[in-house]
Amino acid sequence: MAPQPSDAIIRVRDITVQFGKTRVLDGLDLDVKRGEILGFVGPSGAGKSVLTRTIIGLVPKVSGRIEVFGVDLDAASATERRGVERRWGILFQQGALFSSLTVRQNIQFPVREYLKVSQRFLDEIMVAKLGMVGLKPEVADRYPSELSGGMIKRVALARALALDPELVFLDEPTSGLDPIGAGDFDELVRTLQRTLGLTVFMVTHDLDSLYTACDRIAVLGNGKIIAAGSIADMQASQHPWLRQYFHGKRARAVMG
Amino acid sequence: MSGDPTLERIAQGDGLALCAAGTWTARFAPVLERMVADAEKLVGSRPNIFIDVSQVSKLDTFGAWLIERLRRSLSQSGAEAKIAGLSANYSSLVDEVRRVSTAPVIDTSSVSITGMLEQIGRAVVSVGGTMVELIDMLGAVLAAAGRVIIHPRGFRLTSTVHHLEQVCWRAVPIIVLITFLIGCIIAQQGIFHFRQFGADIFVVDMLGVLVLREIGVLLVAIMVAGRSGSAYTAELGSMKMREEIDALRTMGFDPIEVLILPRMLALVLALPILAFLGAMAALYGGGLVAWLYGGVDPEAFLLRLRDAISINHFIVGLIKAPVMAAVIGIVACVEGLAVQGSAESLGQHTTSSVVKGIFLVIVMDGVFAIFFASIGM
Repeated sequence: MAPQPSDAIIRVRDITVQFGKTRVLDGLDLDVKRGEILGFVGPSGAGKSVLTRTIIGLVPKVSGRIEVFGVDLDAASATERRGVERRWGILFQQGALFSSLTVRQNIQFPVREYLKVSQRFLDEIMVAKLGMVGLKPEVADRYPSELSGGMIKRVALARALALDPELVFLDEPTSGLDPIGAGDFDELVRTLQRTLGLTVFMVTHDLDSLYTACDRIAVLGNGKIIAAGSIADMQASQHPWLRQYFHGKRARAVMG
Repeated sequence: MSGDPTLERIAQGDGLALCAAGTWTARFAPVLERMVADAEKLVGSRPNIFIDVSQVSKLDTFGAWLIERLRRSLSQSGAEAKIAGLSANYSSLVDEVRRVSTAPVIDTSSVSITGMLEQIGRAVVSVGGTMVELIDMLGAVLAAAGRVIIHPRGFRLTSTVHHLEQVCWRAVPIIVLITFLIGCIIAQQGIFHFRQFGADIFVVDMLGVLVLREIGVLLVAIMVAGRSGSAYTAELGSMKMREEIDALRTMGFDPIEVLILPRMLALVLALPILAFLGAMAALYGGGLVAWLYGGVDPEAFLLRLRDAISINHFIVGLIKAPVMAAVIGIVACVEGLAVQGSAESLGQHTTSSVVKGIFLVIVMDGVFAIFFASIGM
């Protein structure tokens, strides 16, 4: 699997999303390249989560075209769509673990549905995934309500990675984690990207994540992508919101 | 893009090479697992076994783990199995799965006869616990009511009115409809059977006593337990799940006073009103059927009704209503506050709120029947 950096794994063209009379996304274009970690930032309420959910297909769009793995999601048949869904993993903001299933069952759920393999193999894969996200096998029989916030995020990531997806969507993965936990999480995402050749689409507000984990950053404002590029491009930008974001007090603290 | 996975055995002197090739990914996991399980049987057959992965075109966690598993099981009988030809791309992945411990994780959710007996035992013991919890909640609600009486400013009027609308006003159509139909059915059945003795008119006695004393209030209480008791449990339970109740407590509010007292009060006020409306609807329905089906005209019906029933029947019915409401409310609130963090737990407690509510309402009805009979009402 030679990574082809130029080839776009997600191609979003001219999409518009509207809730009632408010237009949240207005003719937005975005490309996510294979193998990169794209950090997605923007003011609160700008529609970052809406874009993520639109790409995944949870929010209907008014117009536009979304291609994931080269498949146009509107034109795709149900089988094609399932094929695409098998190849991506999603980490929701609150984890969205199934509260009535244990950690083991949560992680095994997608595997069990798609692959007919033995219980022993399922257990081994579950332990491997837990290990990858830095958790011990002992947590396997706990319920989500018995986990800490950081552990919930890790288990949710393990579930998102259960089927070895090529693309993962992370919605604010480090929010609610302590700085050390957040740092570990960034490191984890980077490691996984290296070992599994993942493409990562990460909505975040964490400046540290942007600096340490992301290859490229896209900024959402007024329903459009107002800038996209490396962290250096962002710092050089003259856009008022970007200047504030990357040169504010907290940004200086991170860089300093 | 690349072919199906294969695992070939190539003899090399006294050694054996297992050549893995093709796509070793999750997509082929079932096939891969079978191949690896077959190959694992080769353990100890040759002194020197190694796994050649140079022909593997694509590898993910599933494939990497299976190769690692194969390596481990081939190594067990003394001879060390090696992995050869690993490309740099995948070495970090294989390193990652190498750290996975094979220590079997014990699934604790096993089912056994002793486990089932234990569950039955625990359930029986928990009945006593439930009674204590109910009495505990009754005490807490009464204490909160006492505090509110002393400091009327703590009373949540808006909330009470809101709940009164939910459990009383909005319940009126369905309660009236159902009790009306029940009244019709009782009258129809009564006339049908009494006619054989020429005792048509006594259907009025039966209808009056049954509806005012028993069926009216019991039926309404059961419907309220199903309709409002479950709603209370679900509301309080989801608030508990999202730590809203803890938030209230930390702000210095008593959840019993803020959440439970208004709900209880609304229910205690609502049930007598609904029971009265229900009884009237049932009498109306019964009267209608008696007239159209039994030929008892409304005037005769009313005359007979006045003779057949006394105000006592009506009072007995209405005295029971608030008590039943309190039972339903207490059960619903106890169950709501007992909800744990999962959606399943919320479902379980809502179910048990309705089941326990209805059960206790019927038990109360029996107790009242004995009581009123012995005091001659």
